[in-house]
Amino acid sequence: MSKTIGRSSGPPRRTGGESEVWNLRLYVAGQSPKCVAALNNLRALCEEHLPGRYRIEIIDLLEKPQLARTDEVVAIPTVVRKLPPPVKRLIGALGDRQRALVGLEIGGEP
Amino acid sequence: MGSREDVGTIRESKRTKIGGATSTLPKAATGIRGLDDITGGGLPLGRPTLVCGTAGCGKTMFALEFLVHGATEFGEPGVFMSFEERTEELAQNAASLGFDLKALERRRKISLDYVRVERAEIEETGEYDLEGLFIRLGHAIDAIGAKRVALDTIESLFAGLSNAAVLRSELRRLFGWLKDKGVTAVITAERGDGQLTRQGLEEYVSDCVILLDHPVIEQISTRRLRIVKYRGSSHGTDEYPFLIDRDGLSVLPITSIGLAHPTSDERVSTGIERLDAMLGGRGYYRGSSILVSGTAGTGKTSIAAHFTQAVCRRGERCLYFAFEESPKQIMRNMRSIGIDLGRWEDGLLRFHAARPTAFGLETHLALMHRLITDFAPSAVVMDPITNLMAAGSESEVARMLLRLLDFLKSLQITSVFTSLTHSESLETSDVGVSSLMDTWLLLRNLEENGERNRGLYVLKSRGMAHSNQIREFTLTDEGVVLRDVYVGLDGVLTGTARLAQEAREREEEIVRRREAARRRTLLERKRRALEAQIAALRATFDAEEEDDRALDSDLGAEATRSEADRRAMMSSRFGDEEAPGPNGGGNSRGRRR
Repeated sequence: MSKTIGRSSGPPRRTGGESEVWNLRLYVAGQSPKCVAALNNLRALCEEHLPGRYRIEIIDLLEKPQLARTDEVVAIPTVVRKLPPPVKRLIGALGDRQRALVGLEIGGEP
Repeated sequence: MGSREDVGTIRESKRTKIGGATSTLPKAATGIRGLDDITGGGLPLGRPTLVCGTAGCGKTMFALEFLVHGATEFGEPGVFMSFEERTEELAQNAASLGFDLKALERRRKISLDYVRVERAEIEETGEYDLEGLFIRLGHAIDAIGAKRVALDTIESLFAGLSNAAVLRSELRRLFGWLKDKGVTAVITAERGDGQLTRQGLEEYVSDCVILLDHPVIEQISTRRLRIVKYRGSSHGTDEYPFLIDRDGLSVLPITSIGLAHPTSDERVSTGIERLDAMLGGRGYYRGSSILVSGTAGTGKTSIAAHFTQAVCRRGERCLYFAFEESPKQIMRNMRSIGIDLGRWEDGLLRFHAARPTAFGLETHLALMHRLITDFAPSAVVMDPITNLMAAGSESEVARMLLRLLDFLKSLQITSVFTSLTHSESLETSDVGVSSLMDTWLLLRNLEENGERNRGLYVLKSRGMAHSNQIREFTLTDEGVVLRDVYVGLDGVLTGTARLAQEAREREEEIVRRREAARRRTLLERKRRALEAQIAALRATFDAEEEDDRALDSDLGAEATRSEADRRAMMSSRFGDEEAPGPNGGGNSRGRRR
């Protein structure tokens, strides 16, 4: 089952476009070390840069294999930025923080 | 002792292992024409097969046909995972072969999945694997109970993802996983430099590797297929030509396997009575190969057309490959010598006209093979084979013909090949192919007295007594007519020279007759003269004889008279009989005693 982690209730720290909520999806296959690491890294990243305005949806493909096709997933773990548009895709355990920030287009922010 | 026994045991166990593998290796039929013949039944069942080749060589078609035939003919549903083409494009491509992928998908016979991996859209941020792909494929397989899988072209992943080390280990795992799943898989891959595939996939797929090739030689492309490797199974090792056309892929299993063709004693007419007579009186052998060679304009096509007509008249089918003229042109030209091929067209007679340079030799061969299989003719005409030289070298043409002949002979199809020769030494110019032929008719121009005439002779004809004479060959409104040539003191004469010679002979004959008649008259006259002479002589002689007889009787009368006179004198003088008479006759002498 997919779970949703996040704090959409927290007060926005910045104004303007940055007030919108980030909708991220993490595709995993069970509780493999890579998947666990990816989730932890993603959480830490969001906490640091998007505190209070992100949602992480975890989809375990072992439970919903049909979503692998509909959501075009090949590699595990995969992170998809559903919102804000455009859709962005990242693969890997997000160990490379710089690349993760670039990939999610969070970079440039303090 | 002990060690020898060990060796023996090892050998034996090895042998049984190999023997067991070849005899029991189960196979999944591809349904691709010809391929199942070469592989002895298909691809290794439940194992991955690598199909590699350059761009546009037909890898996708191969994979597609494998799946569609499996789903429609062998009750094995399949998953097609495409890394290059979208499912719509794939469906369109398949539709060009008459396969309705979408319908098969609805009936859950085929599952199509397009895996899109775009490097620009993906950021790699750390460790990953391809579990998503495994899950995706596994789900598709389970959803329709697939027995077959095609991955086309999985190497595209290397373009979309940068971590080659991960990809390699994951692909290795994938192939192992496919084996565990028990699906028969076709994995396509791009041809690489110096190796079969760009990413060295052949290292991972070790059961069966098929190479598709598409070389362009002198601007002509030919599709070829070769089985590089087939573990645990014997297979053809040649490069086989194959075709992709509206009926899909077809591979030509033609090889020169052996000479175990059936042979027939049955004869078929050449369509020309005199030619039949030259060939032991009954024509060609059924299922034999006939080469008709000659220089330009010697009537090769006419000989072939006669044969074609004869075949159709017997109610048999004939396939005519025209490499030089269009069918319409051939029919028009043959009508001028009284052969109407048009009435058989599209019934017993089928033309196939193609420019020799339209495709490569192998493709020609593949095409011929398919047409012959489809039409099932009892005779085939190829006019002329020499034009095929434009599509390949002489040795290649000879090799191709050998394969074609093997195929034709195995089906007992009589074949007539015409060959245009250029050189003066006709007998050497066809050496490449002539040894393959059972009967070789040679047409040649005989040039003399400022004109050219056609001559025909049988250079060889295996297994029959055949004429060794040259026949003059003329084309008339009623077709080909063979005539005896004039062989005289001055050599072989043809055409007007023959006519002139015949006329001269006739004249001489007349002269001879007149001379004889004259001599006879003369003799008669002589005889008559002689007879006249004889008659004259006889007359003279008769006259003399008559005179003589008259004289005799005169003498007698005189003697009688003188006797009587004497007696009268004696009696008158009473004298004795001493006194001799004046003529001294015998009569008187006795009386004197």
